[in-house]
This record gives sequence, C-alpha cells and structure tokens, in this order.
Amino acid sequence: MKDITYAAPKTIAEATGLLNDKGDRARILAGGTDIIVQVREGRRDIDALVDVKHIAEVNELTCDAKGLVIGAAVPCCVIYENKAIAKAYPGLMDAVTLIGGIQIQSRASLGGNLCNASPAADSIPVLIALEGTCEIAGPKGNRSVPVEQFCTAPGKTVLGRGEFLVRFRFPPPKPHSGAAYLRFIPRNEMDIAVVGAGVAVQLDGSKCKSARIALAAVAPTPLLVADAGAALVGTTLDDAAIAKAAAIAQAAAKPISDMRGDADYRRHLVGVLVKRSLAIAIDRAKP
Amino acid sequence: MTKKLHIACKINGQPAEFLAEPRNSLLEALRDEVKLTGAKEGCNNGNCGACNVILDGRLVNSCLVMAAEVEGKSITTIEGVATKDGLHPLQQCFLEGAALQCGICTPGFIVAAKALLEKNPHPTEHDARHFLAGNLCRCTGYDKIIRAVLEAAGK
Ligand SMILES: Cc1cc2nc3c(=O)[nH]c(=O)nc-3n(C[C@H](O)[C@H](O)[C@H](O)COP(=O)(O)OP(=O)(O)OC[C@H]3O[C@@H](n4cnc5c(N)ncnc54)[C@H](O)[C@@H]3O)c2cc1C
Ligand code: FES
Ligand code: FES
Repeated sequence: MKDITYAAPKTIAEATGLLNDKGDRARILAGGTDIIVQVREGRRDIDALVDVKHIAEVNELTCDAKGLVIGAAVPCCVIYENKAIAKAYPGLMDAVTLIGGIQIQSRASLGGNLCNASPAADSIPVLIALEGTCEIAGPKGNRSVPVEQFCTAPGKTVLGRGEFLVRFRFPPPKPHSGAAYLRFIPRNEMDIAVVGAGVAVQLDGSKCKSARIALAAVAPTPLLVADAGAALVGTTLDDAAIAKAAAIAQAAAKPISDMRGDADYRRHLVGVLVKRSLAIAIDRAKP
Repeated sequence: MTKKLHIACKINGQPAEFLAEPRNSLLEALRDEVKLTGAKEGCNNGNCGACNVILDGRLVNSCLVMAAEVEGKSITTIEGVATKDGLHPLQQCFLEGAALQCGICTPGFIVAAKALLEKNPHPTEHDARHFLAGNLCRCTGYDKIIRAVLEAAGK
C-alpha cells in the first residue's frame, strides 16, 4: 500500500476538523472492507485514513419505542446478534446477514456500505424501504438526509468537505408492516448483487396502506421507485396489483450490461425480485 | 516514509508490542514484525480467508485490518490454537482426515472453524458450510474440510 497516515479521533469535532483540513486526501476507515482494498489496489488515491471507531456516537445501537438508531460504524454482526432489532426489523436482517461472509460481517458497517456508494450495495435498498435518515456531522454543524438522497453517483455522496455520517435513524415499525430484501447472485454467498430489491409494506385490514420499493444495481445509484409503492396503496395486494408495481419498477430501472448480466436480464430480475420480496414483506406484515 | 507506530496488544494470550507503518495491515505486521507467519496471504483482498485471525472474539481477515487498529486489542492466530498438551482437536481431525494438501488455506480454515465452534459447539453441516463460506481452498475440496470440522465438533 502507498504511504499513508492513520488517525483515530475520539470526538466528532476532532474528526470533522481532521477531515476538513485534509479534504479529499483523507477517507474514513470504518470496517475497512472496502477502503483498505481500494487504497491497496490504487483505486482510491488518499494520504490519510481517519478511523472513526473510537467515537462513541458512531458505535451507538438502540432499538426502542422511539425507533432504531444505528451508529455508522456498527458492524453487521452486532446488528444481527441484537434480538430486539432482529424481531422488529427482519427486513434489515435480510441485508446484514448476507453482506460478505462471517469475516466481512465482523467488520463491515452500514455507514461504510452506504458511503462507499456502490450501486450494488446490499443494505441500501432496505435502508430506503425502512425510511432511514442519515445524520451527518460537519464543520458547520449537523444535517439530516433521507437515505435515498445520499448517493449521487457511483462512489459519490452528498457529503461535503469535512462531513461524515454519524448514524442512521429509523422510525418504529408501523403496525402490521413488514419489509424484506432479496438479491440475485449466481451462487449462495460471497458475490455482488446482479439486482437487489428492498421493499416495505403496511397493511390496513386486507388493504395496503403504504408501500416502498427500492432497487440496487439497476442505476448509477440505489433507486427508490416511489410510483411502484404508490401503485400498491389501496389495493388488496392481489397478484394483479403486485404485477403492476413490479412493471413500474422494471420501467424505472436503467440497468447497464456488464459481466454479471445484461440490461434485459437485469430488468427481468427486477420484476422477479420485487414480486418475491413483496410476498415475504406481506407475510411478515400479517398479524 | 511516515513514522512507525508503536502498537501494544495481546497476541495468543501474551502481551505483545511491535512497530508498524500506518499503511501496514495486521497481516503484514503479524508476518513481518511479530514473525508469526502462520496466517497466510492468499488474495490480500478479503476473499480467501487464509489470513484469518480472531480479533477481540470476532473472526476477521487480517489483510482487511490496519495494524494501527489493534492497539489494546486481543488477537488469536493459528499459532495460538494448539496448547502445550498437544494439537487442538480441529488440527488433529484435519490431519487424520487428510483435510489439506498444499496447506496454504489450512491456518485460515482452522482459525475460522475454531471461531465457529466457540459460538456453536454442535454445528450442522449446513452451519459449518455457511460459516466457512469466506474461506477458499484450491486443492483439497471442501468435503474433507467440512468432515474434519464436524468430526472435531463431536470431540
Ligand atoms: C470479500 C468481500 C465480500 C463483500 N460482500 C459484500 C456483499 O455481499 N454486499 C455488499 O453490499 N458489500 C459487500 N462487500 C463490500 C463491503 O464489505 C461493504 O460495502 C461494507 O458494508 C463496507 O463497510 P466498511 O465498514 O467495511 O466500510 P469502509 O471500507 O471502512 O468504508 C467504505 C467507504 O465509506 C467511507 N465511509 C465509511 N464510513 C463512513 C462514515 N461514517 N462517514 C463517511 N464516510 C464513511 C470510507 O471512507 C470508504 O470510502 C464485500 C467486501 C468484501 C471484501
Ligand atoms: S489474504 Fe486476507 S482474505 Fe485472502
Ligand atoms: S490445501 Fe491448498 S488451498 Fe487448501
């Protein structure tokens, strides 16, 4: 690896100060499962790693009546070992249990998954479906951004000079709601999503009260397809309604062709995964 | 070159100190500074598991940990798996079951399997295959490895 420096600030102010001084010559180190490889392979040219794991706020994890707070650097394994989160947010579990293998899950954080801004990142669709917001700290203060607005291009985010992601906030699960994430990969584990779909639905009796559908790996950024969710509202979530939502999601997808699959194949997968993930979410939403 | 860092941690139960450059991975520090060469560099990008160590109770790829991060932490490497009374049951079962050929993947598999058995002393075959999905072997094939792990779990 090229010569770099390493700093481990203990407070948010110290971290934003360091990041502000160094601008894009510094990158945050959370679990390191993306950034260490990128720096080693020369895909990110930086001078400094700023390890945020000694800052209390990025390690926060609380799940209570007010909702869910996940510090940006909390590793996947700590999230899925938390029984309260597993019970209240099974859709989130789908994502955190399939990122990498055990070794990766020991380190990989949701903050890293989002800030790396890969279009194929597995956690982002369900973070969007669950109406997550990102709390950002910066030299000029704090701000909040909905997850769906965070990534702006492959590898790019809304973070400005000196800013970093501190934590995610999610509202408490709505009554009779359920969420799910599914991805398609050619093997069972350890691969990058060809397509991913994260969905959430809320039921009101036999009808759908609200729904959100988000996709991975079909556009330059993770995609919230608001129209697809809206098409389900007021329906009984019958096959025709689900087929219509899936078709809207397919139309919104702007996939590229690459070695993992061509654009038509990806568009086909969007339809399949939206239908299948909705079936799981609806099942979870039932009383 | 950036100044070397002085790192104090615990390795295989013993206090340890070493110097490392800020750019060094834990794997590089273990092999080149601490001279514990049991952890192997296979891919150096998180895919093969040959560099596996247990860091504060968690299985990690030491190629994806910076040496500077382990200040104050506790590390178990393959060198810490056998005891003075002899080989760990996993090591014995790998030997008896011929679960290795070239052996490059073996330290990683054994450290990973140790982490598995600490968490789940009686894994099913599915549990073992799932837990070890981050470890690659290019010569033996996985059946003998999985059988050795399940055999060791029974001991
Ligand atoms: C073998 C292997 C398998 C993988 N499998 C998957 C998979 O199945 N699915 C998947 O989605 N990903 C996968 N990944 C990619 C990676 O593990 C994930 O993206 C992971 O969530 C990244 O988190 P991290 O904490 O390790 O991030 P880091 O590598 O520490 O950081 C990632 C990026 O985000 C920035 N960053 C991190 N935290 C913050 C913050 N708080 N504020 C601002 N910027 C920040 C960093 O500077 C860096 O640019 C895999 C990686 C490997 C090596
Ligand atoms: S060398 Fe670390 S995972 Fe392959
Ligand atoms: S024995 Fe050679 S790689 Fe596994």
